[in-house]
Amino acid sequence: MGRFIILVVVLAVVWLLLSGYFDKPLLLIFGAGSVIFSAWLAHRAGVLDAEGVPAGVFPGIFGYMVWLTVEIGKANIMVARQALAVEPKLSPKLFTVPNPPRSIVGKVIFANSITLTPGTVSIDLGEDEILVHGLTEELSDEAGIADMGARVAKIERGRA
Amino acid sequence: MIDWFLVRDVLSWGLMLVGGAAVVTGAIGIVRFPDFFTRLHAAGVTDTAGAELIVFAMMLQAFSPEYGNSWLIFAKLAFIAVFLGLTSPVATHAIAHAAWMTGFKPMQGPELRYEGDGK
Repeated sequence: MGRFIILVVVLAVVWLLLSGYFDKPLLLIFGAGSVIFSAWLAHRAGVLDAEGVPAGVFPGIFGYMVWLTVEIGKANIMVARQALAVEPKLSPKLFTVPNPPRSIVGKVIFANSITLTPGTVSIDLGEDEILVHGLTEELSDEAGIADMGARVAKIERGRA
Repeated sequence: MIDWFLVRDVLSWGLMLVGGAAVVTGAIGIVRFPDFFTRLHAAGVTDTAGAELIVFAMMLQAFSPEYGNSWLIFAKLAFIAVFLGLTSPVATHAIAHAAWMTGFKPMQGPELRYEGDGK
């Protein structure tokens, strides 16, 4: 029931922000009806679980997003320097990093964070590790990526 | 007396120019890098810095006196920024994983050799 209420609130906020109707009663009633109907459909489809409504990652995810933005900025500069260098010093390599988050949502956040950071792309997900392709020796920072995984696992534990 | 709209325009222009430069840099990287997997990294610059900075610049432009409800435009652009951030790594991973699963091997090491390449 808790997840149902969270989904209704989120859908209502999204509906209001995207439509911008605050003073047209008929449209507001239609909006409320569609929000309830969508939430009921999600309930009926059985997707109201930790994966479909990942309320557990809040609010820890916000601090993580700020940290990740800084990391993405630094990696962007390094990759852009290689792209524009007269003689790019590329040293691509494949390596595996541990995948500490336990839930599917946590694993997805971690793998997406690796891919979102330029210079590293997650290629294959195993049970406990991720195969990563790095662009240069400097960007293939296994300790740095392991640190990122530890941060995601910490957000995930915040729910427990 | 500070003209806040001028400050806004300067910031917005700065973000727009840096974002545009990132898009061009990513495109140059896609052309110059040697193999499929390294090119994915160059595309990542366009995906993150390029797209997001341009959306941020547009978010600043949403606050103009000629629009009513300008914060609704701001909110819609914020949705676009969030969904770009959520979906672009999924697409990149899907392409990279498909290439990996079909047996496409990346170049490795500073000499950019394919695995099993004798020389």
